[in-house]
Order: sequence, then C-alpha cells, then structure tokens
Amino acid sequence: MYRYDEFDHRFVTERVAEFRDQVSRRLTGALNEAEFKPLRLMNGLYLQLHAYMLRVAIPYGSLDARQMRMLAHIAETWDKGYGHFTTRQNIQFNWPKLKDVPDILDALASVEMHAIQTSGNCIRNVTSDPYAGLAPEEIEDPRITAEILRQWSSLHPEFTFLGRKFKIAVTGSEHDRAAIKVHDIGLQIVKDDSGETGYRVLVGGGLGRTPMIGKVIRDFLPKADLLPYVEAVLRVYNLHGRRDNKYKARIKILVHETGIDEFRAQVEAEFTSMDRDSVAAPDDEMARIAAYFALPDLAEKPDAPVEVERMKKLDPDFAQWVTRNTYPHRVPGHVAATISLKPIGGAPGDATAEQMRAMADLAERFSADELRITHEQNVVLPHVAIGDLYKVYRGLAAIGLDAPNKGLVTDIIACPGLDYCALATARSIPVAQAVSKRFASNARQREIGPLSIKISGCINACGHHHIGHIGILGLDKAGVESYQITLGGESTEEAALGDRTGPGFGYDEVPDVVEKIVETYLAVRDGPRETFLQTYRRIGMEPFKEALYAPAH
Amino acid sequence: MPQLIDHLGAARDIWTRLAEDAPLPGTGSAIVPLDRIEEASATGLELGVHLPNDVEPEAAAPWFERLSLISVDFPSFADGRGFSVGQRLRALGFEGRLRASGPVISDQFDYLLACGFDEVLLPDDVAERQPPEHWTAAPGRITLGYQRGRTGRGSILDARRMPHSG
Ligand code: SF4
Repeated sequence: MYRYDEFDHRFVTERVAEFRDQVSRRLTGALNEAEFKPLRLMNGLYLQLHAYMLRVAIPYGSLDARQMRMLAHIAETWDKGYGHFTTRQNIQFNWPKLKDVPDILDALASVEMHAIQTSGNCIRNVTSDPYAGLAPEEIEDPRITAEILRQWSSLHPEFTFLGRKFKIAVTGSEHDRAAIKVHDIGLQIVKDDSGETGYRVLVGGGLGRTPMIGKVIRDFLPKADLLPYVEAVLRVYNLHGRRDNKYKARIKILVHETGIDEFRAQVEAEFTSMDRDSVAAPDDEMARIAAYFALPDLAEKPDAPVEVERMKKLDPDFAQWVTRNTYPHRVPGHVAATISLKPIGGAPGDATAEQMRAMADLAERFSADELRITHEQNVVLPHVAIGDLYKVYRGLAAIGLDAPNKGLVTDIIACPGLDYCALATARSIPVAQAVSKRFASNARQREIGPLSIKISGCINACGHHHIGHIGILGLDKAGVESYQITLGGESTEEAALGDRTGPGFGYDEVPDVVEKIVETYLAVRDGPRETFLQTYRRIGMEPFKEALYAPAH
Repeated sequence: MPQLIDHLGAARDIWTRLAEDAPLPGTGSAIVPLDRIEEASATGLELGVHLPNDVEPEAAAPWFERLSLISVDFPSFADGRGFSVGQRLRALGFEGRLRASGPVISDQFDYLLACGFDEVLLPDDVAERQPPEHWTAAPGRITLGYQRGRTGRGSILDARRMPHSG
C-alpha cells in the first residue's frame, strides 16, 4: 500500500487548514454561497436532503486496518454510527455537521486520508480493480498508475474548475473489473508486440442521462507518456467542452459532437507541442511508487486444506460462500475473499462502526492488513490463506456479513436515492431491499446464477443502472414513483448499455417485475450454464417484453 | 473601481480597456479587442489585447512581439477555460504580462499564477469582499503541489529528487 512521505503529509494537512480558512471566510461573508459551494464540493462536502454529506476518498479502494478503524471512529463520533460505501470506491457519511467537518478532515489526515476531489467539477478519485496486485492474469498492478494519477490530479491548477466532473479508471487485467468503458478516461494496461508495457486509452465513456461507451483514442501509449497524454486530453476538454448546458458538459458529449478522429487529432497536436518533460513523472518516481505496491510476503500454502474441505461439506452456506465470494490469487493457497455488504434486506453498501472494526480486525489477522472497497459496494480481503477461510467466514457471520451472494441476484447496487439525495426522483434503497427479500433463498440464488441488478434514484445514474444486467431507474411521473427497466447492460470488457423494456412500473410492482424477468430467463435458458446475460444476448428482448406486458390470460 | 491585484497585493492599473468601437487614444497603454490588434499595432501605443475564453489562444500568437499584455476573460470564477488559455499562451511563447479579468476568487490565485498569470483585475463586488491580504495569503497556503506550474516553486516530484529530501 502507498504510504505518505513528508510531502504528501504536508500537502494534506495544509489542504485541511485551507478548508478551515474557507469555512471561516464563508462565515464572514468574504466568500458568498455561490463561491463557497465549489470549494466545499472539492472537499467532498455536499448539501443533501436532510443534512450535509461528507464523501471521503479511498483512493482506488485500497485501505488498511488502521484507516478502516478511523472510518469507524468517524461514523461513531460525528455521524450516526454507520457509513455508506459507494460505487466509486469511496465512503459517505450522511449526517456530519458543517462545524465538525474540519475536525473530521484532521482525523482523516492523521491516517493518510482525505476528501479531496470526491465531488465537484474536477478530476475525481481514480478507481481501479479490487483484485489489483493479486489477480493471476494481471499484467501490472493498476494502483501504481492510479496513485500517479491521484497525485498529478490533486489540486491541479489548470483542471480544478472544469465544465463538469471527470472520472478516470484503470485496469491491469484484460478482464475489466473497473468498468473503464464507462469512464471519461479509461486506461487498460497492455503489452505491445515488443513486450513493452503501456496503456490502451479510452475516452468519452460515461453514464448519466446520455450514457455512452468509451472509444479508443490510443491503442498503445508508452508508460512514460501517461501524464502528458492525460494532461493533453484534459486541456482539449477544458478549452472546448461545452459550458452552456451542464447536461452536455461531460467529455463524452465533446467527443461525440467532435467525432473521435478529430478529437484524437486535437489531443495528439496538443501532446506533440507541449513540454512533456515538465509534466511526466520521472522513472525513479514511478519506481518509488511501484515499490509500495509490491505483493506482501505470502508463503505458498495448500490449495485444498483438509479442514476447509470438511467444513464445506458440513456447512453448505460456507461452501457457497467459498464458491461465490472468493477469487483466485497469484500466490498458491490464497484467495481474495469478498465481504458482501448486501445482507438480505439490507441497505447496499452500508456498514456500521462495529462491522468496520470487525472487518479491520479480520484484515489484520488474515489479509496482510489490507482491505479493498469495490465499485459493487462490497469489501474485499485481498490476501486470505485458503486454510483461514472458515475462520474468516465465521468472523463475518458474527457481524451479519456472511452473505454468500457475490455476483448473484441479491448483490444489488443501489444509489442513496430519495432517502438521502436531494436530486433523487424516487427511492432506490427500499427497492433494493424489497427485491433482495424476494430472492432471499440461497438455493434459489444459486439456481439463477450470475445476475447483477443496479438501481438509480434518478437519471444521473449513480447506481449505474445502464450497465446492470437488469437496470432499474426510478423516475417521477406526475408525483408518483415510476421505475423504468433495462435489460442486457454490462460493465466489463464486454460493456453494453441496457435496452428499455417499455413503460415503467410502480414502486410496489418492482419485485414482481424482477421475478417475472428471472422466471422468463429460467424457462428459456439453454441449460444452467447459460447466464442471464448470455440468454438475453441470444434471444433478445421479446420474450421478456411478452412476460412483462402481455395481458394476463 | 475595478481592483488590480498581483502577488504583492493591490497594484495600480495603468491600462485602459477600450470598448469595441471606441477610438484609439493617441498615447498610453490600451487593451483592445482581438479584431482591432492590427489597427492598434500601427500606432505608438503600448498595446494589450483582451481575449475571450472561447477563442483559440493561437489567434494572438502572431502579435506576441508587439503585445505587452494579454487580458484573458473570466466570465465567472466557475468557468475554468481561462486557466488553459493562460497555460497555452505561455506554452506558445508569450512572455509579456498575463492578466485574468473577471470575478475570480482568491482561492484561485495560486492556480492562476501556476498557469502563467501575473495579475487579476477584479470587479468591485469581489474586490470589496476579498481584500488584497486574502490574495497575498493564498499562494503560500499549500507549500508545494504535485504539478510544476510556472511559479518557480517546483513540485513535490522535484522536491523528492533533491538529495536532502530523504
Ligand atoms: S442517481 Fe440520482 S438519486 Fe441516485 S445518488 Fe445519484 S443523483 Fe442521487
């Protein structure tokens, strides 16, 4: 894990002092509300429906036990005892008071954390693969790139008042778990024919009200050119992106309206003419950062220890948990274990202070002191010896986080929606809870297999509904909540935007609607190995439409 | 009266900004619209140009030698195009005085300096709320950032490479 040096420490501490000063200048009136707003947003502070919300950055989702405990402490001291992990690998506290915020930021700084650029029209927290560094198929740990970008983008003088927010994601594996195709810039670490490592660069993806899949702007970018190239993209965007309409201000609209070829030509012209050396991170700096992400020292262990095999037989839920919630690791005898923050009927992504502390303890004892937050709003223990899995599982059961449902129908992503968000047009958390309860049975979930449901409470799409296998978008139709359903979305290297089934459904109807979709799939799938997505891609929308809209006989 | 601020605080503005079709003065320092550079450059005036933030900065490049000042328009503090315009003008080789004109805020001063600006010309209401000491205090607040910028302070990346930085 990256560790702050003296410069990072001073930077973050000074940033907190600066924010304190901004708050006091707001109180004296030196800054008016319009001027203060972007400054507080750039420090993660939103005004929500009922209170302020503070969004804390967890860069590329990596944190250690000490940091997780501090999040628990903040939840207990300044909030209502819980936090909400988001689809951007961050955590949100929903009830802090404005006057406490500088103290919270101080507390975060003491464990090398901050809330810088978790909101506002600037470059946001860079996201990555939750299995970074451990996935066997990975070319290089994407967190090295993400950390270089984090530093470069922090309080960037030129790009802190962009037309709109700007999101970057990085994957080091061909199998994309970072959803790079729906980011403003997506970076995939690749090797060229000569074996040199570099990036495939995508631009102009995004969700929101005009969802788009990113387009390739560079097939191969040498590593050394990372920062100059990204800076060139940002400069062209900052100069030419639309400012007349906030809904058309993302880079995806600029790329779409300019055309990818012309946009590429503009970026290349900027890249060629700029002083690249003054922007690029020197080799020794890259090496310095890379060293922090070396895999922890893990001794090779047996792949199928007798004790764990025995427990799998005795405890079928544990067996399912091992099947569903673990992922292979580079070091034999280890796995990455996903802690599902989707207990049946729970609010997706929520964790109490007590649960955070217990997860921190487990990370310390069984996962080389590391945790990861995923964009699916779960937590990963990245380095668990298979022989320890049962102990980990029991530890999670004790805090109610043992759901063996990763990637299954109850592993639902939902934005805060009308329960918290000032922009919401409908509830999303209660919808997730109702659907989750409907599919509570483990056996039934197993039978259904991989199925991702994603729910947003308004067209802004924070719940990523466009890329859910089943997407649910809550709208307001003349004062009544109406839920629009999409099918066939996907977030990986096969990214696709879902297709609308047709007219929306009422709040109470959503669980039935999901059930009808699932039943239709089960009835027509080509055997239990064909997933929902494969079936949908094979047979298309018609059978589902028929099931949802045909008059009852 | 609009207030001019540079890194040392309140400064005296010797420049007159000419309205679109106002006649050129005989002497002094005048800031003219882009489409009047040609006409103005034939005079003995000390010359500046005012650039809107949606024209290509390259448009001013042929006149760099003749221009002592370029004023970049900031229609609102939230419209950050001017930062890139300033950056581009410097990259293109403009070495004269670079001014940000508009309701920017003191929290942006360090960013403006890093993008190559020398000074800001503030409208009354901003100048009243944000006295010069707010502006002189701003640049020191973050000792070193991660980008090199044009202030001469260097970046954290540079500092890390110094032998004594450990
Ligand atoms: S999708 Fe809409 S309702 Fe949900 S968090 Fe985003 S803005 Fe709020």
